[in-house]
Amino acid sequence: MEGSSQLLPEQAQAKAGQLATGNPPDTKPRLMLMGLRRSGKSSIASVVFHKMPPNETLFLESTTRIQKDSIHSFMDFQVWDFPGQLEYTEPSFDLENIFGGLGALVWVIDAQDDYLDSVSRLNRTILCLQQLYPAVNIEVFIHKVDGLSDEYRTDTFQDIVQLISDELSDAGYENAPVHYYLTSIYDYSVFEAFSKVIQKLIPNLSTMENLINTLANNCGFEKTYLFDVLSKIYIASDTRPVDMSCYEMCSDYIDVIVDVSELYSYDNPGRKSKGEQNQEAESHVVLHDETMIHLMEMNKYLCLVSVIRNPESKSKKGLIDMNCRTFQEALNDVFSRSWEQGQGQEQV
Amino acid sequence: MDLRKKKRKVLLMGKSGSGKSSMRSIIFSNYVAKDVRRLGATIDVEHSHVKFMGNLTLNLWDCGGQDAFMETYLASQRGNIFSDVAVLIYVFDIESREVERDLDTYNAIINALKEYSPNAHVFCLVHKLDLIQAEHRQRIYEERSALIRSRSENLSIDTFGSSIWDQSLYKAWAGIVHKLIPNLTVIERFLHAFAKRVDAEEVILFERSTFLTVTSVSSEVGDANPFYDRHERLSNIMKAFKHCAARNTHTTPASAGFVVMHIKTPVFNVFLGRFTDNTYIFLAVPPGEAAYNCAVLNTMLAREGFAKAAATGHGDGFPLPTVESPDGTNGNHD
Repeated sequence: MEGSSQLLPEQAQAKAGQLATGNPPDTKPRLMLMGLRRSGKSSIASVVFHKMPPNETLFLESTTRIQKDSIHSFMDFQVWDFPGQLEYTEPSFDLENIFGGLGALVWVIDAQDDYLDSVSRLNRTILCLQQLYPAVNIEVFIHKVDGLSDEYRTDTFQDIVQLISDELSDAGYENAPVHYYLTSIYDYSVFEAFSKVIQKLIPNLSTMENLINTLANNCGFEKTYLFDVLSKIYIASDTRPVDMSCYEMCSDYIDVIVDVSELYSYDNPGRKSKGEQNQEAESHVVLHDETMIHLMEMNKYLCLVSVIRNPESKSKKGLIDMNCRTFQEALNDVFSRSWEQGQGQEQV
Repeated sequence: MDLRKKKRKVLLMGKSGSGKSSMRSIIFSNYVAKDVRRLGATIDVEHSHVKFMGNLTLNLWDCGGQDAFMETYLASQRGNIFSDVAVLIYVFDIESREVERDLDTYNAIINALKEYSPNAHVFCLVHKLDLIQAEHRQRIYEERSALIRSRSENLSIDTFGSSIWDQSLYKAWAGIVHKLIPNLTVIERFLHAFAKRVDAEEVILFERSTFLTVTSVSSEVGDANPFYDRHERLSNIMKAFKHCAARNTHTTPASAGFVVMHIKTPVFNVFLGRFTDNTYIFLAVPPGEAAYNCAVLNTMLAREGFAKAAATGHGDGFPLPTVESPDGTNGNHD
C-alpha cells in the first residue's frame, strides 16, 4: 500500500543535499570523525554504525587511511573516519574535497588523556573552517568519560569548553556553531550525541518535531522518538525534556523486536497467512510497573517508539494505533513534499 | 513421575574458579554477565533454595571447589553431601591446564555419588567456551566431553558446552531443569493440544524468574525454523530487556518483568504473556490479525481455566488432570 512512497525519503534527502551545496557529485551529507590518534574515532564509528559490541573495539587496528563509509538509511550520508596522525587544515590537502560537502565535523577528544594538544589542534581547525566553510557544524565529543568520576567529568567538560570558546572569541568568532557532548561507547551517550548531530543535518526537522508533538499530546505519550532502526540513532523526538531512561528502554526495545523478528522471519512454503494484516510491524509491551512501550514501523528505515504511562491512554490502544497510522502518512508526506520542492527549484 | 517430592537436591561441583557461582548468580539471582567479576571464592558449601515453577524447590548446594574442600566432601562429609542427590552438575573449565587431575577428581565424585545416590542425573558443563576461538569450539568441546564420558563409570551423563557470555548457558540450564520438573508430560500434553487448537507455529513455556525454557511444542512449519537455538536466544533477549527495564524503572531485576508483549509483523505474530504464577507463555502464530487476536483470547481463557483448577487444589500452580475451558474453545486432552 505504501510501497511506492517508501522510496521517497531517500530521494528527497539526496536532492535536498544537492541543492544546498551546489556540488554535483557525491553530495550526501558527510560526518567527518577527527581527533588525535587513539582518541576513539574508529571505535565510535564501529559501535554506532556497525553494531560492534563495545568491548570488542579494543582489538581495532589503528586507522591509516581515510575510511569512507556510506550509510544507507532514511537519508543517505557518509561517515569519514580520518587517521589521527595528520592535520587536515594544511594547504597540502584538498580542503574543498574534504569539507566542501554539507555536513558536520565530529572532533573526538580523549578525556582520560592530556587533552591540551587535541584542543589546540581543534582550535586551528575551527578557525580555518570558520573562514572557509562556516556552514560546517562542529561537534566536539569529549570521549571515554565512562572512566571518570562525575565531578571530574564536569570539570573536564567546562575546562575544554572554556579553552575553545576563549580562543574563538579572541579570533573574533562569537557564535561559531560548536557543540559539546560527553560521550562513552559503553552506554547510550554516544548514540544520543550522534542523534543530535544527525538531526542538525535534516532539513525538515522542525516539521517532524511538530508532527510528533501533536501526536504525543493527543495520545498522552510521555515521550516519543522516531528511530533509525539500523543505527538506533533517533532522528526526531517530541520536544519534551530528554529522559535518558526512556531513551534506553526504547532503544533496547527495538533490539528485542529486531532480534525476535530475526528468529521468526524464516521462509517456508508452509507459512500461509490466515487473514489480513498491516504491512508495517507493530508491537507493544507492558512492563511490571504498568508502563507501556509502543513501537510502530514507519517505513523501511524508521520506527516510532513511545513510552506511555497515562492509564487512560493505555486503555485506548486502538485509537493510538490509528493516530500512529495517520502520523505515518503525514511523515511520508513530509518526505515526498520536500522532494517535490527540490525538483521545482532545480528546474528554476 | 513423583508429584509429592517437591524438594530436589542439586549439587553444583567443579574445580575452584571454574565458574559455578557465576552461572548460578546469572541464572537464579539476576546478575548480568559482567557483574560476576565481583563474586569471591565460595567457601565450603553455600546452600540456596530456589523456587522454580512454584511447586518445585531446588535445594542448590554450591560446593566450593578448592582442593581442601573437595577432600572433606569425599572423606568426612561424604554421606552428608552425596546422599539424596537428585542432580549433580559438574563444571569443567575448558581452559584448565590439569585436565587429567580434574578428571581424577570428577571420577572420585562420581564414585561417591554412585554409592549414595545411584539414581541421580549427572550433567557436565564444559564451561568458558567463549575463551576458545569460534572455529575450534565444537571440536574441542567434543573431545573434552568424550574424555569426560570415559571417566563417568558408565553412568549416563549429559554434557553441554556453555559460556556466560551468550545463550549457551540458558541451553544448558534449560536442559537441566527439563529433567527436574515432575509432571512434565502433563504439561506437554496440554501444550500440544493447545498449540493445535490455536494453530500456532510454536508455543514455548518459560519459567518466570529465570526465563529458562520449561518446555515447548512446534508445528511442522515451526520445526522448519532454521534457528535451532531460538529458545535460548529468546531467554537471553528477554532477560536482557528485563535488566534494562529494571535499571530504568528503579527496581531490582527480580521484581521487574513484563505483563504482556505483542509483536505483529507481516510474516509472523508473537504473543508473550504471564500464564500461571510462575510461567510465561510464548506464542508464535502465522500472520492474520483476526486469527492472532483469537489466539490471544484463547490463551487468556486457558489461563483462567488453569487458575481455577489450581485454586480448587487440583494442581499446585501448574498442571492439572484436565483443563477446564469456560467456552470449550481450548484444548482438552483425553
